[in-house]
Amino acid sequence: MKVLSCNRFATTDGLIPSMRPVVVLCLFVAVFIGASRAQERPYFVTYSHEMEEPGNLEIEFFSVLGKPPAGNRFIGSNIEFEYGVTAWWTSEFYLDGQITQHDSTIFTGYRWENRFRPLLREHWINPVIYIEFENTSADKALREVVGHDGRDDFLESNAAARQDKERELELKLILGSNYHGWNISENIIAEKNLSNEPWEFGYAVAASRPLSLAASAHNCTFCGEKFQAGAEMYGGLGDRYSFGTHLTSHYLGPLINWEGPNGMTLSFSPQFGLNNYSIPRLYRFGVSYEIDQLFSRFHRGAP
Amino acid sequence: MIRRLSLALVLVLAPAAVMFGAADGSWMRNVPARDHEKVSPYGGQDDAIAAGRRIFVDRCSHCHGEDAEGTKKRPPLKSERVQHQATEGDLHWLLVNGNMKKGMPSWARLPDQQLWQVISYLKSLRQ
Repeated sequence: MKVLSCNRFATTDGLIPSMRPVVVLCLFVAVFIGASRAQERPYFVTYSHEMEEPGNLEIEFFSVLGKPPAGNRFIGSNIEFEYGVTAWWTSEFYLDGQITQHDSTIFTGYRWENRFRPLLREHWINPVIYIEFENTSADKALREVVGHDGRDDFLESNAAARQDKERELELKLILGSNYHGWNISENIIAEKNLSNEPWEFGYAVAASRPLSLAASAHNCTFCGEKFQAGAEMYGGLGDRYSFGTHLTSHYLGPLINWEGPNGMTLSFSPQFGLNNYSIPRLYRFGVSYEIDQLFSRFHRGAP
Repeated sequence: MIRRLSLALVLVLAPAAVMFGAADGSWMRNVPARDHEKVSPYGGQDDAIAAGRRIFVDRCSHCHGEDAEGTKKRPPLKSERVQHQATEGDLHWLLVNGNMKKGMPSWARLPDQQLWQVISYLKSLRQ
């Protein structure tokens, strides 16, 4: 699982216009409905095998700030609505947008993904099947890197990039383990543009651990159990005709998150491009807010 | 006619019986002996119980009630089964693995120490 929010997009133009109703809804939900705490992993790209709790809705906002050499600074963002359908099935809907300096602020599309956990008990390694459909254009949220994605993709103007509609099917095999407080997660990614383009491949790996494994006996806001730290690495692996690391981009960075009061989690990660094909630095921010037992709140006898 | 009615009754009641069976602690039969015998490293320490109470309120109470009294859809944890039949090791196994077919998620995302703290709190409720 990952992090994000209902925040205002950081732009001098204000909110991305088509996302305003969504943000207003998020604020309403955040103000009027109670929250729970879910021990979020601090990952931005990598998925862990941990599913959303059944009946809970998590609203998340992720942003990535970057500047390709010879290109304009950008902020790619998405709002995610993650719902635990059952203990072994999580469904998530994303709305994406981006802002490019000296260019424009645009809504870039949507994604819908489902995660299924085939083994219903905890093992030393736990697989999860991930299936996503996305319909985006000019997307800069960088939620995954596949194929030969690289910094040159960020040099095109928004007007030109929007001409290229990407209707894609994305499959992931998520593998996760918990060991002595550590979570170690690996994702193997295969993505297919449904127009006649080859399968592209990528990977993401991450590990994290709470700063304190035991909980404090007293209420606290900044104690060790409220923080998780770790590292994440991800990149492309070429496509069906040119599999490998030649002309692919890769990123590595530390991660930290803080579980604040009232079900809110903040995350941050500076990430560094590992070769000349990558954007040199990315800064990722996330806010998430979890609402417990969403539908139970709308009928009598709710907990 | 009576045979048909009996058959219909069996078809209606069988799934309900399976559900009640599952909610009746049938998960305990799946706990391996090694896990069954595990004992909390915290015993009845007051700090562990207080920490377990905090974790319970944050993460469990929306399903099992603020004081573990249960809710409309989820079982109470002050029950005979949790307090007397299940060992600390059984409860630890349940928290790690969940009972996903019945809606209980795995809590393996929490460190072992915190799971034992929750169990210390739950076991303290019988006093």
